[in-house]
Amino acid sequence: MSAAAQPAAAGALLSIKGLRTAYGKIIALKGIDLEVREGEIVALIGANGAGKSTLMMTIFGNPRAQSGRIVFDGEDITQIATHDIARRRIAQSPEGRRIFPRMSVLENLKMGTVAAPRSSDRDLERVLNLFPRLRERLTQRGGTLSGGEQQMLAIGRALMAHPRLLMLDEPSLGLAPLVARQIFEAIRELNRTDGVTVLLVEQNAFHALKLAHRGYVMVNGLITMTGSGHELLERPEIRAAYLEGGRH
Amino acid sequence: MADTTVPPPSSISGPRLGRAVRSALITAVVGAGLFSLMIGVRTEAGPAGGLVFWTRWTELGWMVAASFVAGFVREIVIQRSGEGVLEALMPAAFKRFINVVARLLGPALLAFAVLMPIIFYDQRYILDLGILALTYVMLGWGLNIVVGLAGLLDLGYVAFYAVGAYSYALFSTTFGLSFWLCLPIAGILAAFWGVLLGFPVLRLKGDYLAIVTLAFGEIIRLVIVNWQSLTGGPNGITGIPRPSFFGVPFSAGPEGFAELFGIAFSPTHRIVFLFYVILALALLTNWVTIRLRRLPIGRAWEALREDEIACRSLGINTTTTKLTAFATGAMFGGFAGAFFATRQGFISPESFSFQESALVLAIVVLGGMGSQLGVALAAVTMIGGFELFRGLDQYRMLVFGMAMVAIMVWRPRGLIGSRTPSIYLKTPTQISASLVKEGHG
Ligand SMILES: Nc1ncnc2c1ncn2[C@@H]1O[C@H](COP(=O)(O)OP(=O)(O)O)[C@@H](O)[C@H]1O
Ligand SMILES: [Mg+2]
Repeated sequence: MSAAAQPAAAGALLSIKGLRTAYGKIIALKGIDLEVREGEIVALIGANGAGKSTLMMTIFGNPRAQSGRIVFDGEDITQIATHDIARRRIAQSPEGRRIFPRMSVLENLKMGTVAAPRSSDRDLERVLNLFPRLRERLTQRGGTLSGGEQQMLAIGRALMAHPRLLMLDEPSLGLAPLVARQIFEAIRELNRTDGVTVLLVEQNAFHALKLAHRGYVMVNGLITMTGSGHELLERPEIRAAYLEGGRH
Repeated sequence: MADTTVPPPSSISGPRLGRAVRSALITAVVGAGLFSLMIGVRTEAGPAGGLVFWTRWTELGWMVAASFVAGFVREIVIQRSGEGVLEALMPAAFKRFINVVARLLGPALLAFAVLMPIIFYDQRYILDLGILALTYVMLGWGLNIVVGLAGLLDLGYVAFYAVGAYSYALFSTTFGLSFWLCLPIAGILAAFWGVLLGFPVLRLKGDYLAIVTLAFGEIIRLVIVNWQSLTGGPNGITGIPRPSFFGVPFSAGPEGFAELFGIAFSPTHRIVFLFYVILALALLTNWVTIRLRRLPIGRAWEALREDEIACRSLGINTTTTKLTAFATGAMFGGFAGAFFATRQGFISPESFSFQESALVLAIVVLGGMGSQLGVALAAVTMIGGFELFRGLDQYRMLVFGMAMVAIMVWRPRGLIGSRTPSIYLKTPTQISASLVKEGHG
């Protein structure tokens, strides 16, 4: 099922212009333009090493952009400290999930509320309703969860801050297809009922583009294609590069 | 990650052997670090008040070799039979026993500590030993905030102990300020130095952090040695006021404590008082730590230990989080230092050598980074162990070292390696704070 209708509010929540990032001599982002509007799911697809994770981390100021501008909700956040960016309620489930392995599931979720001090029990309920498996494991240590559960925890932790923009880096990575589908379903649910804006980084292009309102294709640090999720799915070059054998 | 179980290989081949050797080397290096200053070099105050020290490199060599062999065997056993094997070797009944003991141990130790001055009233030696052990319990708990909770490896903790001791010594001898007034001053000054140390090391991690903090500890000591006009240099400061019972001195005269309470004078009164002072200070450290763990700042410390990048992305200001950890830990070190000064009545730079930092760090690491009970146990065991085997002289360090090797190999995370969550839902479903879990690291 595709989300064809554009969301009503169409102001740009996140707007990136000419963003360049380098690790020493390696230039990972070579001038990225990207926009995420309020209420959208935007998918960012591309091969391994294209720079997708780098883009997500640069939005968080770690690493810092060499040049270019990142504007969130009308404010230039390009040079702001990482923790202050988080406090503007941009939340992420980063590459590698980065949950706190020795802390319990509940403590992990609680850590998500740092950026939103007024986060309530309702937010916890919302997360636990979205991922019932976490409810059964609240006292379990994060490090002992399965991969899928850790992913749910990472997303849940990000949601505890009641984010205006949720960024997910390869949430389906390493998960069994069934579990991956659960995660995608949860993202769709979040977007539809709570209006959460989502920037989704995926290698699983088929699912990501089916889910997304719009998509961007990244190759070697550059955006090479953009369009609605539908359009991109129909493009022969995308089918060839990202979808062969990728359909489950 | 810890939850990936490697299938047991049928034979030990090249790379696996290499891994075992590497793991054994790491154990040996850690062992060398822990033992070198506790076994390799021993110092004691000689009869003339000077410092006597002797070296025993042979014993040290044996201990390091033992660590290597034990680490190697451990890794091989794990490779052959999977991670859980070391735990499986323990009978279930033993595990249950440990669990029960663990639950009762804290309250039992506390009750024993409170009753100690009464039980051993006329055994000054034991009371002195108790005071010493409690001082290290307090230092261990203080350093535990920095190392155990926030995960910042600090090899210079003794610097704050020194700052506290010299603050009290100087403020009391030059301005005649009382202990209770100097105590907060000592804590504040130590905390200030904690922040000062914190700033340059904010960006450092692991080994670099360890080296810089080690240097910091040495710098403070060298400043004390060389700033003769203020600190008395190597001769130290003498005539530091002994503690009074909130203004009433523990003397035999008409104004003394015994006279006031209408009891016969005894020098033990002061010892008992000192005992309860350090017990109270240690318990304060523990109480504050337990409270802080439940507050956002304490949770931020623990999260920082686990993953700094994740912390930042969640909105935690890691700079202030680290600085508060350094400052809080340093403050308790300062308190302990002030206590040390008033108890000794004399301080000199010798008391604040790297050996002290190493001992306190060993207490925290062997206790199980972050576990309050584990740290207390380790402190009591270490200080008690030093004394217990004093008669065996030659062998005491060997026995002691063996015990440390055993802990490092069997419980790489320390005596009590599991942590208890600091938050539960309103209807808590307590999980077992098992002593036996998490043997791998
Ligand atoms: N920490 C780093 N240091 C140096 N180079 C890096 C680092 N992280 C990523 N890179 C390089 O940047 C490029 C983009 O990587 P990344 O953003 O992880 O890609 P993707 O997430 O699309 O797979 C790659 O060439 C990668 O090798
Ligand atoms: Mg990536």
